[in-house]
Amino acid sequence: MQTSDFSKDFVEKIARDEPQWMRDRRLEAYSLYESLPMPHTTEDDTWRRTVDMRTQDYWRRTRRHLRGFAVENYHPAAEANGSTSTEVADGTGVLVQVDGNPQHTYLSPELQKKSVYFAALHTALKERGDLIRDYFMTKAVTLETTLKSGNIATHNTFDALHGAFWQGGYVLHVPKGVRIEEPLRVYIKLSKDQHADLSHVLLIAEEDSQIVIIEDNASANQDTGGFHCGAVEIFAGQNANVTYVQVQHWNRQVWNFASQRAVISKDAQLCWVTATFGARLSKLNQAVVLEGNGAHAQLLGLAFTDARQHLDVSTAQEHLSPHTTSDLLYRNVLKDRSQTAWGGNIYVYPDANYTDAYQKNDNLLLSERAHADTLPGLEIEAHEVRCTHGATAGQIDADQVFYLMSRGIPYDLAEKLIVDGFFEPVMERIPMDAVRQEMQEFVSSKLET
Amino acid sequence: MSNALIIKDLHISVQGNEIIKGLDITVKQGEVHALMGPNGSGKSTLAYGLMGHPSYEIDSGEVIFNGVDVLELEPNERAKLGLFLAFQYPTAIPGVSMANFLRSAVSAVRAKETNGSENIELIPMREFRVELREKMAQLDMDEAFARRYLNDGFSGGEKKRAEILQLAMLEPKIAVLDETDSGLDIDAVRIVGESVSSLVGPELGVLIITHYPRLLDYIRPQFVHILLDGRIVESGGYELTQLLEAEGYDPIREKHGIEETGQVEETVQ
Ligand SMILES: Nc1ncnc2c1ncn2[C@@H]1O[C@H](COP(=O)(O)OP(=O)(O)O)[C@@H](O)[C@H]1O
Ligand SMILES: [Mg+2]
Repeated sequence: MQTSDFSKDFVEKIARDEPQWMRDRRLEAYSLYESLPMPHTTEDDTWRRTVDMRTQDYWRRTRRHLRGFAVENYHPAAEANGSTSTEVADGTGVLVQVDGNPQHTYLSPELQKKSVYFAALHTALKERGDLIRDYFMTKAVTLETTLKSGNIATHNTFDALHGAFWQGGYVLHVPKGVRIEEPLRVYIKLSKDQHADLSHVLLIAEEDSQIVIIEDNASANQDTGGFHCGAVEIFAGQNANVTYVQVQHWNRQVWNFASQRAVISKDAQLCWVTATFGARLSKLNQAVVLEGNGAHAQLLGLAFTDARQHLDVSTAQEHLSPHTTSDLLYRNVLKDRSQTAWGGNIYVYPDANYTDAYQKNDNLLLSERAHADTLPGLEIEAHEVRCTHGATAGQIDADQVFYLMSRGIPYDLAEKLIVDGFFEPVMERIPMDAVRQEMQEFVSSKLET
Repeated sequence: MSNALIIKDLHISVQGNEIIKGLDITVKQGEVHALMGPNGSGKSTLAYGLMGHPSYEIDSGEVIFNGVDVLELEPNERAKLGLFLAFQYPTAIPGVSMANFLRSAVSAVRAKETNGSENIELIPMREFRVELREKMAQLDMDEAFARRYLNDGFSGGEKKRAEILQLAMLEPKIAVLDETDSGLDIDAVRIVGESVSSLVGPELGVLIITHYPRLLDYIRPQFVHILLDGRIVESGGYELTQLLEAEGYDPIREKHGIEETGQVEETVQ
């Protein structure tokens, strides 16, 4: 097992069996990464609410100890002979990855026959090089995350780091007209201390297709430190229907950085659910680009932080075309000394008349020492639009607690009912019972600790 | 032996102002008492104080229920002993369904031991549903009501009926009804009045707080108390309500030398 250090040598090492174009992209990302400082709150507005000292200090302390890019470890063979993971039931499709290494991939013969492609990204590089070359960090999450209008351009250090050192992740490609109703399941895990996960996710749904993906980001145990620097790129082709659920429950020692972006074509629909329970610190950039006429995105967020967890989420709803709709609802519950920051922006570009955009962030604080920052924003350049936004943050309501207690319900149960009720508007819009149940369990266990 | 709620020389203040200034009432199981008084006289303050709302400070006095010092207990423990308050202004709790809430409440109140914060074993769903359906039918409530969020977007009448449904489900020994008749039209008062009167019996004592005697047409109290400026100034039988209806509070104020507090009286529909 080797220590990484995020050097150029290391890039070369990772890239040695990869196509030349990928090696070039890695090196380009590396030189950008080298030229960029760690994000600074005073210089970069998007980091304003995430204490820079923490991130910088973390980076100084930890980068040399991070392990597990697993250059030595990576055996595509292990994947091929299917080291079957018994805890995972193979339904339509399953992918398991541990510490950056694919462990198990399964896709039902039925879906294989329909030319659905579901594989670890490293495997895909060999098997579907052209497809990956086309989509990988070229259209959604790019080194230069530039809003389409060109009015904001920011380099994200962690995106550059990811571009240079990415390892692991998967691709799902669904051909035109193939509709998969049953969810595919993905388990991305960190198991050993100070290991890193730099997964890259590519979801490509062609015209008229349908997919449902449920992805878990989990730690195998409660006290091993770790690092996640990931990217998710989603493409919903014309009239496609994509549901992507990501449940992040790393343990409280993991530092989590992610850039995620979806591009939605004409009349396509995306339902994107992001549930956050884990990580010591999490910085998530999430954007939907409503590119074609009639594109629709629903963004649902549910987070429960405790102890000293810090969760910073920036969202963007970018409306490029007429008759596009987006609807964002993020609800956070905060315990102990935890903190959340949410900055959301709706951008409506000049052509995007008849846009209907909505965003709302609500925070329920269960402790006087918890802190929530919430900052909705609008930038509208079209004339015929409907945009609504709102944000709230408040302590648990003493009158609600009293009302429930006056009916015999003890404090803890009253609190639980109120928290469950607070999450309900998000939960009721999650289209899968199994997912709702899993989330409910995380919520309950957060309340109990 | 029947249970009794005994209130002795109770003083309650809110935000540093003394509102209840030495009050005595004893309500026994099976008895119906009415507490009447104009707006602002402290009726709700008494109700909240009895149930243990954290904003209502008990300065002195005693509240004994069934031999237990109630003032030492958390609100949920008071409920478990058999004390119930129908709120004048029930609190809305969005996202929590009426059914889910009631099942938790009924399970908590009926649980064998008060094991504090430990998990309460929920009563079986089937059993609960049967009971809920039956009680809702008695109150002439639509079944869809159970799926709605607690008091969220309820009309005035729906809120009051929901309070009575809770009373029926929790089967307390002593219930305080805080203006359960206010804000209701004549029909709603009748429905609420008839349902409460159907619940009254040897197992239940009630303290009906009201400033209009309408509800008392349906549930006739044996004892009537008049609260003015934080004290009970008159106690008597049903005839007191007739006196009030005929002459209002002014003669009583005059008799006891109490100035009108200047609060606007609620308008009657
Ligand atoms: N939560 C509260 N905060 C501040 N003042 C209160 C509160 N509750 C009651 N009061 C005050 O106490 C007095 C009595 O109010 P209340 O008990 O509601 O009277 P009633 O129910 O008889 O109309 C009023 O002057 C009212 O303003
Ligand atoms: Mg009142």
